[in-house]
Amino acid sequence: MSKTSAMRVCLNGKEREVDAGHSVRSLIESLDLHPSLVVVELNKEILARDAYGDTAVQDGDTIELVHFVGGG
Amino acid sequence: MTDRDGVLAEARALDGPLVIGGHEFTSRLIVGTGKYATNQVMVDAIRASGAEMVTVAVRRVDLDRSQEEGILHHLDPKEFFLLANTAGCYTAEDALRYARLARAAGFNEWVKLEVIGDQATLLPDVAATLEAARILSSEGFKVMAYTNDDLITALRLEDAGCVAVMPLASPIGSGLGVVNPYFIREIKRRLQVPVIVDAGVGTASDACVTMEQGVDGVLMNTALAAADDPVRMAHAMKHGIVAGRLAFLAGRMPSREIAVPSSPLKGMLD
Repeated sequence: MSKTSAMRVCLNGKEREVDAGHSVRSLIESLDLHPSLVVVELNKEILARDAYGDTAVQDGDTIELVHFVGGG
Repeated sequence: MTDRDGVLAEARALDGPLVIGGHEFTSRLIVGTGKYATNQVMVDAIRASGAEMVTVAVRRVDLDRSQEEGILHHLDPKEFFLLANTAGCYTAEDALRYARLARAAGFNEWVKLEVIGDQATLLPDVAATLEAARILSSEGFKVMAYTNDDLITALRLEDAGCVAVMPLASPIGSGLGVVNPYFIREIKRRLQVPVIVDAGVGTASDACVTMEQGVDGVLMNTALAAADDPVRMAHAMKHGIVAGRLAFLAGRMPSREIAVPSSPLKGMLD
C-alpha cells in the first residue's frame, strides 16, 4: 500500500477506508450523494456547505453525514 | 398545499390565517412524514390533508442502503414548509445538536423541539425542553416546543421565546384523542403565542374536538400514516380541523340535561 492510497475515517459510526486526497465534497459525491441534500458534521462541528469543496478529509476524521427523513 | 374540494378556501372566508412567528399559514393542520407504507402514499396523503407545514426528522444517511430514503427526494421543499424535529433526543444537548444540523440544511431556522424523558410513554422532559428552548431561541431559532398539557411549563416555554407551544392531546402515537380538554383550554386562554396540539389525535372527531377547545392548530402523523387508507383519512382530518375551528368561532349552544322543544307550543290544534 502506498503512503497516500488510503485513510481511515469514522463515517456515520463505522470505520471506513477512503482514498486519500478527498475533499468532503468529493467524498460525498463518491458515495452517490448530493452535497446540497447532506449536512456534514466533521469532528463534532457542523461544516458549512460552501466549505465542503475546500475541506480536506484527514486520516482519523469523524464524519457524520445526515439528511432529512420522514418523521412526526 | 392543494385544496381541490375548496374546504380551506371556504374556511378562509370565515376565519383568519394561522400566524406563527410572523409567518402565515392557510391550513391549521400540520402533518408529519413518518411511518407511511410508501413515499407515494405519504405525498398523496399530505396533499389531501391540505397542510402546508410538514415535519421531518434528522438522521444519518444510511450508506449501506441502495434505496433512497432522503425525504426531499419525494417531497418538494418549494411546495411544503419544512419543520425539522429533534425527535429521538433525550437530552437538551442532543436536541441542540439536531436542531443546528437541521438549520445547516439551509431551508429555514424553524425547529420542532422535542426532548423525550421516558421511553415507554414518550412524555417530554420538560426541564430539558425548557433549557434547549432558551438556548435555541437565543440563537435565532423559531422554536415550536412539544410539551405536556401542563400550564406552568407552557408559560415558561412562552417566556423562553418559543414561537408556538405544542401540548400533547395524549401520548405520541396513542390515538387516544384529547384526554384533558380543560388543561388544553386553560393553556390556550393564558398564552399569547399560538397553541398547537401535538400528538395523540386518532381520528377526525378527535381533530374536531381538539379544535373546538379554541387552539390554533393540530399536528399529527400516526393518525394519517397508520390509517387503513391514509389519503381518505387525510381528507377527513382536513374537514375535522375546519369543522372544529368554525364551531369554536361560532360559539356552541349551552348544553343542558333537559329537553327544550324546537317547534312552537302555541298554535297546536284542539
